[in-house]
Amino acid sequence: MYGNDFGEPLNAAETADYADAVQEYFDGLIGADQRIEPRDAMPDGYRRTLIRQIAQHAHSEIIGMQPEGNWITRAPSLRRKAILMAKVQDEAGHGLYLYSAAETLGVDRAELLDKLHSGQQKYSSIFNYPTLTWADVGAIGWLVDGAAIMNQVPLCRCSYGPYARAMIRVCKEESFHQRQGFEILWTLSRGTEEQQAMAQDAADRWWWPSLMMFGPPDTGDAAAPGGHTEQNMAWGIKRFTNDDLRQKFVDMTVPQAQKLGLVLPDPDLRWNDERGHWDFGAIDWDEFWRVLKGDGPCNEQRLAHRRRAHDEGAWVREAANAHAARQAARQEVA
Amino acid sequence: MTERTDLRSQASPSAPGGADGVAYVLGLADDALIYAQRLGEWLTRAPQIEEDLALGNVGLDLLGQARALLTRAGDLEGAGRDEDDLAYLRDEREFRNVHLVEQPRGDFGQEMARMLWFASYQHELYTHLVDSVDEVVAGVAAKALKEVAYHRDHAGQWVVRLGDGTAESHERMQAGLEAVAPYVAELGDDDPVSVAAAQAGVGILPSSLVPGTVAHVEAVVAQATLRMPDPPRWRSRGGREGVHSEAMGYLLAELQHIHRSHPGASW
Ligand SMILES: [Fe+2]
Ligand SMILES: [Fe+2]
Repeated sequence: MYGNDFGEPLNAAETADYADAVQEYFDGLIGADQRIEPRDAMPDGYRRTLIRQIAQHAHSEIIGMQPEGNWITRAPSLRRKAILMAKVQDEAGHGLYLYSAAETLGVDRAELLDKLHSGQQKYSSIFNYPTLTWADVGAIGWLVDGAAIMNQVPLCRCSYGPYARAMIRVCKEESFHQRQGFEILWTLSRGTEEQQAMAQDAADRWWWPSLMMFGPPDTGDAAAPGGHTEQNMAWGIKRFTNDDLRQKFVDMTVPQAQKLGLVLPDPDLRWNDERGHWDFGAIDWDEFWRVLKGDGPCNEQRLAHRRRAHDEGAWVREAANAHAARQAARQEVA
Repeated sequence: MTERTDLRSQASPSAPGGADGVAYVLGLADDALIYAQRLGEWLTRAPQIEEDLALGNVGLDLLGQARALLTRAGDLEGAGRDEDDLAYLRDEREFRNVHLVEQPRGDFGQEMARMLWFASYQHELYTHLVDSVDEVVAGVAAKALKEVAYHRDHAGQWVVRLGDGTAESHERMQAGLEAVAPYVAELGDDDPVSVAAAQAGVGILPSSLVPGTVAHVEAVVAQATLRMPDPPRWRSRGGREGVHSEAMGYLLAELQHIHRSHPGASW
């Protein structure tokens, strides 16, 4: 080649023009409320945000298996045992769909799991609370799966196609979970005095943490520093603010609690005719931040359990890889 | 005879009578129930998420078999006991499962060895029980046959992967086979209840299931480049008479505790 003294030319994808074109194309899709698909070019920030959010969501499904898995061997009837095993299994399935959705963004599951195990990526703090009685299994289904649905239904319209599609499958199962949880508490609240007390105690312990599941408030002192709500809404990743979703959840749940005959542990809970919503008391955001940062009753335990399973299974995964490689080599020879 | 049991036996004309029939069906149910209980412990502890799902599936299948069979045993008994009465309110000496299924969870290789043996046995068993004169047992067997074929396959594939994987996995898979070896002979013991059930056409003689079971396990072990364990120095006995190992009491304590703490409550 002649005159080849100005170094390697830039790859077309590294030019500023290209970045502008990507942004324009992407903005067009988002503006038209179209789905972004893995093959589409997308801004880096969008990709990174999605990877983080989908990974944390996947981790939550996997860690979330533990508090309920804790009751499989003790479920008080065989029917409940079967329903619970199926539920914990569903959560494993949710984790798998979500890791697959994350993989379409160019990361792999092993890498994400390492980040979970090293504490670099988080999971929902709700799972750092213990399941102490059978009624807690009901409360998790009713409140935790209920809050998850509130969060996830809008994600079915998320701008990123694979995430949206995963959410559609997940939401269907989550609504079963919520109904099953409600049914557990319904039975307990119509049962013996001990069973009723068990149900009330579970509602007392799970109510506030489930309100925290929607994340910090969007405004005020407790708002997350450098929150991403606005950007995520512009990107079509988020459709409602944390406070909007929390209010919807309260409005949905209070009448259900009344049906169950359970008293929610909030003296400030009352219907506001003017707003057309339930007013509720102040959430203890100090507790939220404390648990998020690691000082919750089960943070250490959940991660240690997860790491132990992973470490104890390393030889199995290695063997499966070695066997697959040997099989492939044998086929080549043959 | 109460009127109630008369009605029931009219509904199922092929119901074989007698305490032996009840005990035989309980033995089938207890094997499935107790193994499901052990497999339930694996959820959240498996080597990879796919395996949490798979072990959960096997456990759920077995739990489903157990529930149908316990219900059948309760109906045959005619004393008004349902699946939960039988699962939660019997004491250890009334459980008729073999020792293999009650043993504490070992590592994943050991679990695959146990599952391979148990599913191979159940596959032989249900293949024959499809023809049971007890129509309910025959129906459970027909449905379960497809399930246990999958269990047998799943365990077999893992035994091969681990046997023919790395040096470490080869050694650990061999150790898994050795660990369960003392518990497999009991699957083929012809206890009096099974003999009577076989004569009545309800059941099948356990010893007749041994050749098919062993042949399948041997084929998998060979493919896995492993070897069949030498005959063990001791072997388990007596599960079908309700004589269990020490692990069983703890298993039942966990299984039954909540249910028993609230007598008469519904869940
Ligand atoms: Fe889920
Ligand atoms: Fe769920």
